[in-house]
Amino acid sequence: MAERERRFTVPHAGGTFRSRSQVMNSDDVGRAVRRMTHEVIERNHGSSNLVMIGLQTGGVPIARRMVDTLAEIDGYSVPAGSLDVALHRDDIGLRPVLPQAETLIPVNLDRQVVVLVDDVLFTGRTVRAALDALHTWGRPSAVQLAVMVDRGHRELPIRADYVGRSLPTNLDEMVDVQTDGVHIGELV
Amino acid sequence: MNSRHNARRHLLSISDLETADIERICDLTESFAEVSRRRIPRVPALRGRTVVWLFYEDSTRTRLSFEAAAKQLSADTVNFSVGSSSVNKGESLRDTVEAIEAMGIDAIVVRHSCAGVPHRVADWIDASVINAGDGCHEHPTQALLDLYTARNRLGDLSGASVAIVGDIAHSRVARSDVLAFTAMGAEVTLVAPRPLLPLSLEGWPVKVSHNLDEVLGEIDICYLLRMQLERAASLDVPSLREFRAEYGLDSARANRLRDGALIMHPGPMNRGVEIDGDVVERPNTVITEQVANGVAVRMAVLFLLLGSGLDTSENESMAA
Repeated sequence: MAERERRFTVPHAGGTFRSRSQVMNSDDVGRAVRRMTHEVIERNHGSSNLVMIGLQTGGVPIARRMVDTLAEIDGYSVPAGSLDVALHRDDIGLRPVLPQAETLIPVNLDRQVVVLVDDVLFTGRTVRAALDALHTWGRPSAVQLAVMVDRGHRELPIRADYVGRSLPTNLDEMVDVQTDGVHIGELV
Repeated sequence: MNSRHNARRHLLSISDLETADIERICDLTESFAEVSRRRIPRVPALRGRTVVWLFYEDSTRTRLSFEAAAKQLSADTVNFSVGSSSVNKGESLRDTVEAIEAMGIDAIVVRHSCAGVPHRVADWIDASVINAGDGCHEHPTQALLDLYTARNRLGDLSGASVAIVGDIAHSRVARSDVLAFTAMGAEVTLVAPRPLLPLSLEGWPVKVSHNLDEVLGEIDICYLLRMQLERAASLDVPSLREFRAEYGLDSARANRLRDGALIMHPGPMNRGVEIDGDVVERPNTVITEQVANGVAVRMAVLFLLLGSGLDTSENESMAA
């Protein structure tokens, strides 16, 4: 859960994030973005038909960086969007719906390859909701998933296609991804 | 049950809402407006929830837009039409409402010609009650969509000047709008001949004028009300023609409005009475926008009342 989200969460589910250790610094994050972007291009034989969609709120800045990096590498600017899955969640009501978490799908998704981008892959429920939400815009030819951190503990049969860092965690730990690095800690 | 109804479980009156609540609904509305723009405008947020329409009075916009809002949130809807129901056999309101609740519903949207009916219904049942217009009292969702529409066009409304023109005495929209616009910091002027004003305006945060031409050049929003021909026992003005000559918005008057001033109307319009046909077509006339925004606002309201998923008692103490 990104910092912005936490600030709006009701007290019993929220709290303040306290970092225990830093597991990636900003250079590591930059390198991971670069490598994942190369992998996206390699796997899709170029970047035509690609659409990058960041999941609100933590995935959006990462998606933006991947789009910028892709433009640098391939000289082609792919459409970038953002998606708020709050209304599609199975635990709706336990998390806030944030008015500022904007959904923006810039192009028709029919026959496009959609790369969903998120900061942390945990239970897989956010991704499940995102797959559900995508269908209201069209029928992509494929949907792929890129995450900065895969922290395990999946509750659904979902895996990421591109992973910045696989990070074994305990269930009660929190992973916080920011542009200046990745921290592991807990809510207090 | 306490006399002040829990604003997080029911929407009965704008006066139950804090300014922060109103702002929260307007902010959330944008998320739902986005849903309406999708190719498949439907989200599963209220899946498995059932909403009943209990309309004892005619309605086009309110009912259809509540229906569209519920459907876009995947709620189930049950229609109750008074004409073909046991109300015709003399069943009381309370028995009707309790029978409906026994079928397992989550919300009742009530419109009735008597003021206070939604409040009574809220006392009787556990489901959420939404006031869709009670007599000459309130019409809260209309006020919320008016605010949202005005904010979309004008931005921050604090300090904005709003004139509400016409049949104030019979208008539930006027009551809700006065409360809603003043809560957002706008200044409201009621413009009407004396017979169309309520007997007492004591405690109302409004100014009063009997001359539309005097206020036209100073307002940001000209809100026209429908002459409620069905609610007025006897028409309180000498003639509709005279009313139109003094208070109707025709082209000449519309030209004297400030640049960018909005012309609003809750509908349905009496063209040629409170508003002229060619004024309806002006770029600053936002009447169709109001209708379109009505769906998104009602989605936000239904979602806030039903979609929290939290226990209502816990909900009450939940900070917004």
